[in-house]
Amino acid sequence: MAVPIDDYLRTQFMPHIWCPGCGHGIILGAVLRAIGRLDLPKDEVCIVSGIGCASRAPGYLDFNTVHTTHGRALAFATGIKIARPDLHVIVLTGDGDAAAIGGNHLIHAARRNVGLTTVMFNNSIYGMTNGQYSPMTPRGRYASTAPYGNVERNFDMCELVRAAGGNYVARATTAHARQLSNYVENAIQTPGFAFVEAVTQCPTYFGRRNKMGTPVDMIEWFRKNSINAAAAAKLDPADLDGKIIIGEFYRGDAPEYTEVYDEVIERAKEAAAR
Amino acid sequence: MPGHNGRDLRLLQGNECCAEAAILAGCRFFAGYPITPSTEIAELLSEKLPQVGGKFIQMEDEIASMAAVIGASLTGAKSMTATSGPGFSLKQENIGFASFTEVPCVIVNVQRTGPSTGLPTAPAQADLMQARWGTHGDHPIVALYPSTVPEVFDLTIKAFNIAEQLRVPVILLMDEVVGHMREKVAIPHQSEIEIVSRPQPDVPPEEYLPYAAGPDGVPPMAPFGTGYRWHVTGLYHDETGFPTTAAPKVDRLMKRLYSKIESAADEITFTSDEFLDDADTVVVACGITARSARRSVRLAREKGIRAGMVQLKTIWPFPYDLVGDIAGRVDRIIVPEMNMGQLIGEVERAAKGRCEVVGYSRVDGEPIAPAEIVAKIEEV
Amino acid sequence: MRREIRLSGYGGQGLILAGIILAEAAMHDGHEVVQSQSYGPEARGGASRAEVIISDEPIDYPKVTNPDVLLLMSDQACKRFAGSACQGGTVIVDSGLITSIPETSGVVYKFPITDIAVEATGRSISANVAALGVLNTVAKLVSPESLKNAVSSRVPRGTAEVNLAALRAGIAAAEAAGAER
Repeated sequence: MAVPIDDYLRTQFMPHIWCPGCGHGIILGAVLRAIGRLDLPKDEVCIVSGIGCASRAPGYLDFNTVHTTHGRALAFATGIKIARPDLHVIVLTGDGDAAAIGGNHLIHAARRNVGLTTVMFNNSIYGMTNGQYSPMTPRGRYASTAPYGNVERNFDMCELVRAAGGNYVARATTAHARQLSNYVENAIQTPGFAFVEAVTQCPTYFGRRNKMGTPVDMIEWFRKNSINAAAAAKLDPADLDGKIIIGEFYRGDAPEYTEVYDEVIERAKEAAAR
Repeated sequence: MPGHNGRDLRLLQGNECCAEAAILAGCRFFAGYPITPSTEIAELLSEKLPQVGGKFIQMEDEIASMAAVIGASLTGAKSMTATSGPGFSLKQENIGFASFTEVPCVIVNVQRTGPSTGLPTAPAQADLMQARWGTHGDHPIVALYPSTVPEVFDLTIKAFNIAEQLRVPVILLMDEVVGHMREKVAIPHQSEIEIVSRPQPDVPPEEYLPYAAGPDGVPPMAPFGTGYRWHVTGLYHDETGFPTTAAPKVDRLMKRLYSKIESAADEITFTSDEFLDDADTVVVACGITARSARRSVRLAREKGIRAGMVQLKTIWPFPYDLVGDIAGRVDRIIVPEMNMGQLIGEVERAAKGRCEVVGYSRVDGEPIAPAEIVAKIEEV
Repeated sequence: MRREIRLSGYGGQGLILAGIILAEAAMHDGHEVVQSQSYGPEARGGASRAEVIISDEPIDYPKVTNPDVLLLMSDQACKRFAGSACQGGTVIVDSGLITSIPETSGVVYKFPITDIAVEATGRSISANVAALGVLNTVAKLVSPESLKNAVSSRVPRGTAEVNLAALRAGIAAAEAAGAER
C-alpha cells in the first residue's frame, strides 16, 4: 500500500542537510510510511533525536519534535513517555549517538522496557564531524581517526538491546526499505521498548575512505552481503564474517514500564488513603 | 498537629521540606540519581509523587535525570531533579539545553565539599559559580538560596513559580547543613499558596510561533500532545523554533533570553536584612552563613559596634544594585563564605570601589561560626 | 532563652532519632527548635552526633557550640566532646559504656543507660529513648507529656510500647537517683 508521506514533512525546510546519496532519507521514508500505515494522528506522535546527521531528521517532520543533546535522546524520550504515556514516542538516533555516548541510556531504556520506538541509523561513522570511527565501524575499516584501519571491534546493538530486555529487536538495511518499514511498523505497535537498527550508507565519509564506490554500489553491497536471520542460524559462524544479518530477532511481551508504574500509582493512592 | 492559624505544624528536614513544597508547588515529575546529601528529596518524592498521580523515576545517571526532567516538562508537567556538586556538574550540558530552549524546570543542588568527591557529608558553598556558569555559553539562569527550613519551603515554591513564569531553569542551592537540619515549619494549606504556571498560547495551532515572546520576553509554551506541534532544538532558532544561522536572529535570541530575566529581576530578587540603617560595617552572606552573619551582627551590636547584615536569598541574578547602594553608604562590607571566595567577586563588582570589601573563607567542611565573623567585624 | 543539647555516641545507637524526638517535643511545647546532626560515611559504627537547640526566639546560628546539656554514649564521644560542655552544664554519661571521663566544666551524671534500657525492654536498641528519659528528667528541657507523644509518633511503627517502657525506665532511674535539678 502506498502511503503519501508529504503530509508528515515540513517541506518548507527542504532541501535537507543530508549529502547526495546518503541513506538517511530512505530510513526516514520507511519510518514515515510505517506511521502512515498505522494512521497515527500527528499530534500524538513525538519524535526525539540526539546529535548527529540522523538526529537532524525531526526538524523536517511535522510532529511534536525535539532535537536534544548528544547521546541523550532516549533519556529525554523517557521523560516524555512517562509523563504522557499516550503519546507515540519515536527516537531517531545515529550509531555514535546511540552506541557510544548514549550507550548506557539505550541499555537502561531497554531494561526498563519503556514504550519507546528507537530507530538507529547505522552508517558506521561519525558523519557530522567528518568521518571519525564509531563503535559500529568494523575492525580494519578506515576513518579520519583510524588512518591505519580501525583497531576496535564493532558492536552488535541488536544483541545488546535484546540482552538488556527490549521487547522488539530487528535489523534491515537501506537495500531493504520495505522490510525496514515493516519492522518500524511492528516496533511502534510493540508495547515496551522496541529497537530497529537501520544499516545505511555514508558515501561521503565511510564510502569514500573505504573505497566503497557510489551510493548505489554501497546499497548493492548491503543487498549482496545481507543474510536473513533464519538462514544465518543454519550457517557456521565463520561464514557470517562480514555479513549483515537482517530480520526480526526478538519479540517479547514483558510488561511495559508506564503500565507497571500505573499500578504503583494505584498502590500509592491506597497507601495515602489509609 | 494543628499549629498557627490552622496550619499544619511539622518538624521537617530541609530536604523533606523541599520535597513537600515541590508537591504543593505542583511538581508532578521527578527524575534523579542517588547522591549524598540530597537523596532524601528523591526518597520522599518516590513515595509522595505517585500518591498525587505524579511520576518518579530513578534514572541511570545524572545526565539522564536532567534529560528526563526536560522531556517531562515539554508535556506540561512541572518537573524537578535534585543532586549535589558532582551530579550538578554532570547535568550542566542539559541545564544549558533547558535554558536555551526555555523549558521550565527546577534543579536542587544540596552542596557538599568539593571538588571531585570531596567531603560528601560536609557542607560547602562552593557551587555559587557553577550555578551561574556551569554550562557552556551565555545563558539565563536563576538561583535561589535558603538558609532555614521554612525558607526552603518558601523558596521551593518560588523556584517552581519563577521557572514557569520565565520559562527558565531555576537552581535551588542548599547547604548540606540546611538540607539535613530539622526545623519547625508551618505548612500552609494548598489554597493559600500562590501557584504560577507557564504562559499558554492564545492563538490556534496554525498561528502558534513557539518562540515569539510577549512584552515580558517570555514565549507561550504549549504542552506536547495538545495540537500544537512545534520543534525544540538546542541550535540557535528563530520565532518558529526552527534552526537559523542568520546573525540578527541569533543576536536577538540571546539578548531576549537575558532581558527576560533582567526585566523580572525586581520580582525575583529576595533578600533579608538587619540593622542596615546606621551600619558602617555590613556582612553580606547567603545560606547557612547568613544565619551566622545574623548572630554575629547581634553580638557586635551588644559590643556597641554598628554592624548590619544582608542575606541574599536570590544569588542569580545577583542583586548588584542593592549591594551597590549599601557599598555607597558604609565603610566596609564583609563577605563570609564557605569557599575560597566566590560571592565576594560579585560584591566587589557591585561595590565598584565605593567601600572596602573584605572576604572571609572557611573551607574545612565546618560552617562559619558567628564568633569568626565578629572577629572579622572587630578587626579594623 | 536558648539551650543547646548535644547527643553523642556511635552510629546505630539511634541518637539522631533521639534528637528528632526531643526537637519535636520542644516544638509541641511551643518553642523554636533546630535539630541537626553529623555522621561519618559508615551506616553503623563510627562517630555520631545529634544536636538540638531549643529557644524562645527565632534561632539564628543553628549549630551547637557550648552545649548546656551533653549526652555521652561512647568512649570516643566522651573523649571528643566532654570538654565542650558549658560551665555548669549537664553532662550525662552512659556509665556502662564509658570507662573514663576526661575533665569537663559541666556537672557529670552517671547512669548505666544502655543497661537500664536492656533491663526494661530486653533491647539495647532502646537505649536512645531511655537516655531521653534520663536527660529530660535531669535537665527539664521539655514537658514529659510532649516527650511521650513525640516518642510515640517518631519511633518505628510497632515499637511504641517498647520505647515508652524504655522512656519510663530512664525517667525512673533519674528520679530514683534524685538527680532532678
